Amino acid sequence: MAARIHGGAGAGAATALSTFNPKKLVAPSRTNLPAARSSKRYIVAAAGSDASKKSLRVGHSQKLIANAAVATKADTSATTGTGHELLLFEALQEGLEEEMDRDPHVCVMGEDVGHYGGSYKVTKGLADKFGDLRVLDTPICENAFTGMGIGAAMTGLRPVIEGMNMGFLLLAFNQISNNCGMLHYTSGGQFTIPVVIRGPGGVGRQLGAEHSQRLESYFQSIPGIQMVACSTPYNAKGLMKAAIRSENPVILFEHVLLYNLKEKIPDEEYICNLEEAEMVRPGEHITILTYSRMRYHVMQAAKTLVNKGYDPEVIDIRSLKPFDLYMIGNSVKKTHRVLIVEECMRTGGIGASLTAAINENFHDYLDAPVMCLSSQDVPTPYAGTLEEWTVVQPAQIVTAVEQLCQ
Amino acid sequence: MALSRLTSRSNGISRPLSTAFGRFISTDTTPITIETSLPFTAHLCDPPSRSVESSTQELLDFFRTMALMRRMEIAADSLYKAKLIRGFCHLYDGQEAVAIGMEAVITKKDAIITAYRDHCIFLGRGGSLYEVFAELMGRQDGCSKGKGGSMHFYKKDSSFYGGHGIVGAQVPLGCGIAFAQKYVKEEAVTFAMYGDGAANQGQLFEALNISALWDLPSILVCENNHYGMGTAEWRAAKSPSYYKRGDYVPGLKVDGMDAFAVKQACKFAKEHALKNGPIILEMDTYRYHGHSMSDPGSTYRTRDEISGVRQERDPIERIKKLVLSHDLATEKELKDMEKEIRKEVDDAIAKAKDCSMPEPSELFTNVYVKGFGTKSFGADRKEVKAALP
Repeated sequence: MAARIHGGAGAGAATALSTFNPKKLVAPSRTNLPAARSSKRYIVAAAGSDASKKSLRVGHSQKLIANAAVATKADTSATTGTGHELLLFEALQEGLEEEMDRDPHVCVMGEDVGHYGGSYKVTKGLADKFGDLRVLDTPICENAFTGMGIGAAMTGLRPVIEGMNMGFLLLAFNQISNNCGMLHYTSGGQFTIPVVIRGPGGVGRQLGAEHSQRLESYFQSIPGIQMVACSTPYNAKGLMKAAIRSENPVILFEHVLLYNLKEKIPDEEYICNLEEAEMVRPGEHITILTYSRMRYHVMQAAKTLVNKGYDPEVIDIRSLKPFDLYMIGNSVKKTHRVLIVEECMRTGGIGASLTAAINENFHDYLDAPVMCLSSQDVPTPYAGTLEEWTVVQPAQIVTAVEQLCQ
Repeated sequence: MALSRLTSRSNGISRPLSTAFGRFISTDTTPITIETSLPFTAHLCDPPSRSVESSTQELLDFFRTMALMRRMEIAADSLYKAKLIRGFCHLYDGQEAVAIGMEAVITKKDAIITAYRDHCIFLGRGGSLYEVFAELMGRQDGCSKGKGGSMHFYKKDSSFYGGHGIVGAQVPLGCGIAFAQKYVKEEAVTFAMYGDGAANQGQLFEALNISALWDLPSILVCENNHYGMGTAEWRAAKSPSYYKRGDYVPGLKVDGMDAFAVKQACKFAKEHALKNGPIILEMDTYRYHGHSMSDPGSTYRTRDEISGVRQERDPIERIKKLVLSHDLATEKELKDMEKEIRKEVDDAIAKAKDCSMPEPSELFTNVYVKGFGTKSFGADRKEVKAALP
């Protein structure tokens, strides 16, 4: 049962190692631990200490196309192989453009998506290429144009509906909940709604309370929809394409602060699986579940944690509805500690649901209670310092991990 | 079908009027011109003529189908009181002329979308009585497999898009369907139906704005039965001229109890929408039942009013008078037809009562398209977590 932790070199690591007793990880109250567990510990690779944004995929899904393109991703920064660098919003645009080229039923509707190019430039250039009937500038009526997109989807079109800011989609909540989510069910399977609803949300840029909302907490109960959150240019493009191809209504959550992230993505076509989570950094001691912008706060905290001798496993859950309990479960079975870091509010957020799901399914594998770090239950203030403190900061993540790994 | 029954029964019946019309009218599509009872009132367009082209066959068809719809709704009333239909049940009797007149001039490619008072429209679109009653009673052979209920009837192959419970939400959907029809260049239109209560919804005006901007072939049909549940139209709308509410969109006010007026208006509207974009039709109609089965329908209007409308404007009576005056059938034949219809409805109910309730596993089907829902997977994606009773 040897667990070797490769931390940073030096005295700091040594003192961390001396206080860090693997045996203390086992809580005394847990008695019915499966015996198989002990045989599964393995040695952490050294590369794990490089808490960069590399995502090593655990490709266990049969549905993933172009797995090979994914596997080489770890090397792309090393080699100058195939791939091109772009920003996240450009990746979204590329995905959208490719799908519009591929299927003439795909159209985009939203405010200022056409001639203006999109308020975050995601649809830039598309109106010139595809024309006004496929890239539609709507008036400011979220309820109506979301409803229209859903009505068009009932007949077989595949609209991509953009909310200029996710918060505006609250005006279309009725359409999204009753018509988008439920029509497939209430019609007994007759109608499918292959619509994609996307838009930026989240806290950042001091946009104020109404423009910094996290709608994933409100939409998560709607039956019949899928929700995904992108966090890197790679998965942004992949998720966009998968969402458009999906027969189900998909809500794609983007984040205002992540649009200018730069990354090299493969030249060849690829899709990301909508229901799968992403292994950002494999580890041993604790599972940190996160998504969207908080992934970067977590990775920043991970750097500090690694220096302190911890080995966090970071998973970007990506699929907010349904949760990828398979990958999450495997991780929990390995590390026995879970920390959820999310941007939703404390009450009723994705983290709250995920905590419940993990407790329900993996109770026996947990050595400590699931801890969830969320944003404060307040409207997002304008002042920069206050806004910073509504969301979870890396220092808080480090403290939480230390607390959990006591 | 109904006509052949008429012919078989006619032998030996003495008729006081001339026998110029042979009794072999089953294949007779003699054109008839019928004048609508009232002229059309138009807003921003020229009203169509009051003379409606029809035929003897159509007249009899109208009678038969409307009688069928009326009988179906009355039967649903009894079933609801017998607690076989639960939840909400909104009945359409009194308004049948709107459904019939519309169907007469459109194809199965033209789409109809309506709110929750959808039983008769579903029937008009080609649905069967059995499917209607099975769905109302929540059985698995219902048109939505028993999972939709009274307010969620759909028929995809006939472009009937439902069946919506939230007031007004179907109008943007309808404009979206019209958008799709324009997108794929089908020469088809969408009739988005709503009531006088829904006419005050903001999303209607939003959708109308977009339809007018983008020249969509959408026809907004306001079935004005003068009451939004318990609120009379003059208490809910500052301007109860719903056909004018489109402002820049042309509108037409139609006597909704006259099937031929409806037919003419819909024909006019379809031509208009294909060329010039959206148009609003206001059907002045009336419902005899309350808003739904839980509403007696008499607390906000007098029984005299209801019986007055029934005597003077009933759509079936009107067609009956036309049939009799054009000598297409006798009173007795029409009564026999009605008896047959009653039997047909009763048979459908009996058959629907025999149908089984949906399987428990149906709870999870059709939530997602990928078949995500028949089993609820556990953490390993292999073990079945939810054991269904």
